[in-house]
Amino acid sequence: MITAILIFFPLLTGLLVFVTNNEQARKIAFASAIVELGITIFALVKFVHGPDPQFVLDISWIQSIGIHFHVAMDGISILLVLLTNVLVPLIILSSFNRNINNGNSFYALILLMQMALVGVFTAMDGFLFYIFWELALIPIWFICLLWGGENRARITFKFFVYTLAGSLLMLVALIYVYLQTNDATLGHVGVVRTFDIQALYSAGANLSSAEQTWIFWAMFIAFAIKMPVFPFHTWQPDTYVTAPTQGTMLLAGIMLKMGTYGLIRWLLPIVPLGVHHWGTTAIILSVISILYASVIAIMQKDFKRLIAYSSIAHVGLISAGIFSLTIQGLQGGLMQMLAHGINVVGLFFVADILFNRTKTREIAQLGGIRNVAPTFATLFMIVMLASVALPITNGFVGEFLLLNGLFQYDVYAAGFAGLSVILGAVYMLRAYQRTMLGEINPLTSTFTDLTFNEKAVLIPIVILIFVTGVYPKPLIDIAEPALQNIVNLIQQTNLL
Amino acid sequence: MKTIEILSGLGVLALLAEIFRFKKFLLPIVVVGLLGAIGAAVYDWNTNIHYYHNMLTFDNYALLFSIVICGTALLWFLSAQNFFSEETSITDHYGLTLFALVGAVIIVSYSNMVMLFLGIEILSIPLYVLAGSKKENLSSNEASLKYFLMGAFATGFLLFGIALLYGAFGSFDLNRIAAILLPPMPSQARPGDAQWLLISGGIIFMLIGLSFKASVVPFHFWAPDVYQGSPTQVTAFMASIVKTAAFAAFLRLFITCFANLGSVWSNLVWVIAAITILLGNITAVYQSSVKRMLAYSSISHAGYLMLAILAMNNLSAGAVLYYAAAYSVATIASFTVLAIIEGQNSNGDGHVTFENFNGLAKKNPFLAFAMTTAMLSLAGIPPLAGFFGKYYLFSATLQSGYIWIVLIAVLGSLIGVYYYFKVIIAMYFSSTTSGTENQNEVEISFLQVFVLLLCILLSLALGLFPDLVIRLL
Repeated sequence: MITAILIFFPLLTGLLVFVTNNEQARKIAFASAIVELGITIFALVKFVHGPDPQFVLDISWIQSIGIHFHVAMDGISILLVLLTNVLVPLIILSSFNRNINNGNSFYALILLMQMALVGVFTAMDGFLFYIFWELALIPIWFICLLWGGENRARITFKFFVYTLAGSLLMLVALIYVYLQTNDATLGHVGVVRTFDIQALYSAGANLSSAEQTWIFWAMFIAFAIKMPVFPFHTWQPDTYVTAPTQGTMLLAGIMLKMGTYGLIRWLLPIVPLGVHHWGTTAIILSVISILYASVIAIMQKDFKRLIAYSSIAHVGLISAGIFSLTIQGLQGGLMQMLAHGINVVGLFFVADILFNRTKTREIAQLGGIRNVAPTFATLFMIVMLASVALPITNGFVGEFLLLNGLFQYDVYAAGFAGLSVILGAVYMLRAYQRTMLGEINPLTSTFTDLTFNEKAVLIPIVILIFVTGVYPKPLIDIAEPALQNIVNLIQQTNLL
Repeated sequence: MKTIEILSGLGVLALLAEIFRFKKFLLPIVVVGLLGAIGAAVYDWNTNIHYYHNMLTFDNYALLFSIVICGTALLWFLSAQNFFSEETSITDHYGLTLFALVGAVIIVSYSNMVMLFLGIEILSIPLYVLAGSKKENLSSNEASLKYFLMGAFATGFLLFGIALLYGAFGSFDLNRIAAILLPPMPSQARPGDAQWLLISGGIIFMLIGLSFKASVVPFHFWAPDVYQGSPTQVTAFMASIVKTAAFAAFLRLFITCFANLGSVWSNLVWVIAAITILLGNITAVYQSSVKRMLAYSSISHAGYLMLAILAMNNLSAGAVLYYAAAYSVATIASFTVLAIIEGQNSNGDGHVTFENFNGLAKKNPFLAFAMTTAMLSLAGIPPLAGFFGKYYLFSATLQSGYIWIVLIAVLGSLIGVYYYFKVIIAMYFSSTTSGTENQNEVEISFLQVFVLLLCILLSLALGLFPDLVIRLL
């Protein structure tokens, strides 16, 4: 029941926000996001350690074709729901000092997005998952289209078509697996099919190797576009740069995790044989993604674009770690999803502050900001170091586990993927050095330090970076049984 | 049957209205009548009565499609009031559309090929006239003539096919033909001999004839010109009601009689569906006129509906019913908005481009929202009805083992997103071009608001609770 409340609460408040005026809209939206976070923490406290999905709500939705409104949270889901609901209030808060036209629509769309994201992470029915997956696309598309920067119509359209192409492929794959299911528990005469996740798991695992191959690719492309992984990434940098800051935060902070979550929850267990055959290819693509994006990031002059490419590099490592099919790889993937979500929101907020004060995103034009805005520079440094995975920050935990998992899979893959840490340090530290250190120039001399609202966003992020970096054990423990379940499912099939 | 009687009665009444001067009350009368027709169909639920020696059979399939047709007609009558007020011949228009509806109900309930032919003619002839109802307008006249010539041509094919099948079976009765074709088939009906030639020739000719009516590529040439030339309200009627009826008739024929003869027609239908989806969608991308874009989009939707005929399994009928309902609702909404925009930009030639939609979201948010819902539904975005329609069609097709055609359909839907979203982007993103006269508020009547609201709610309700419809078949 809590799961359903978590899904529908933002929808209701979103509708409420939509009919209010601009000034009230952001307050109600923020209050709603805080309440939602409170409910999430309540759920986390109530959560019983174990592999089984909890807070289950399973009602028949479209009975004739076996579709249920089946939502629940296991260890993986609850962490991602937590990430979503921690980030959404911060994202809303980050917009407080910005002037946003038609704020009521803007915040209503953010809350609608939150609803869809929580839905994606908790759906235990293939069809429901697809619905939420698509539903998440509409609000973010409108956010980017209506409040984005130049060329937004063309760029957001490309984004929409890419993601829709992927989702439709996934839909075909899901229907194909669905047609192989037989829900014996219902006791009807004849074949009764179901989209229930467990039924899809067993139906998928029984498919022939050739069938699993195409289903693997259909689903992998869907998730690879969302993450994005080379060569499906071309929509991403432009979209991230064009989208309004809050839109970018939603895209990079949370929406990207839909892809990696999809890999863990849907791709690996449904087509274990396909993963067995093509996992190496996926790892190679991911590693290419890491190196390619890192090199491009080093060359970037635009700060926001640099973060966009760094995001591709990070997510490539997550994807490679997940396909290592080891428990460490999956744990690392999950931890890095959380860490990356928090860090990237911090980084994009830093970029927003820089752009808002100096009206430029060119790294070369900035410099010496640390002299005039020391608090800002310090907080930025912490976020930046977390992003390059310095020990005791959250980034380190995930990357360590990921590389550990990848190492067990293949030494060379781990070696190449490990370059991401070094290259990441290169572009991040250089960007920091060029913007914060050095001489003050006329553009940066008037740079004012953080306002209260801005601190209210960055300080929680920094606290989260340290808390989850120093003591990540509770988070790892929550997800461990559920992840172990998935690893077992894959290994069982591969033994057969 | 009562539905047909009520509709015919209404048609006659509409013609009498001219003489007895109650034109003003015609709309309420028609609305009540259509509600009555729907009620009659609901009342006959599960009765499965045959009329006139099996000429018509009102099984649940026929009743449901009658309800969809009458319901769509109801929305259409309410939204198309401009069409009935601007011309002098109000009663003719009422009469003709009501008679066309009679034809539509006949072709969803026939169980004899003669009735199929009669129904198609009853449906088509009023439409030929309605297409040309803007008498002063050249393109309207052109549309009428083109529609008539192509329609007559198609009917020729259809009749030829019926004749060939009569030669093979000695009967027009669908059920009797189905009984003959049940496996084991008659020994002489094997590929190569004379009867086989008659059967396969007949099926293919009927397929071509019906494809013309359903505007499926490569028999679609008439559709864009006719859709564009006709008054917008008539186009809405053709794109929603006529298409629903045509596909209901199509499926009824093939599922009753020719389901076992897949080897004759399935490859052909596969190719037709594939090129219809691709060509319809790709051509729609290049249109600058919104009306013509909707015409091509309607062709592509015909392609999706062909998938149900290709699939030919227990899901087909439900898929067509649901898709037709979802598509009709979205079509009525989009054409209503289009007609309103057309009225605003009265440059006479009825050529509404995407630019005419610029900034509509600011001028009239409700209208823009209604159009957005319609476009998203047509594009197949969940949780709107259009998505579930596609879902049912795709899963029916996959169930019959066709994967590639579904992937082609997926590709088609993607292309579709381009032109549907062009409208949305224009409404929300582009500002009104300066210097034009359409800066003023867009006015809409109460009835139009009501219809659009109903369409939005129906799109959502059908999408959230598709079981309400799909379980009926």
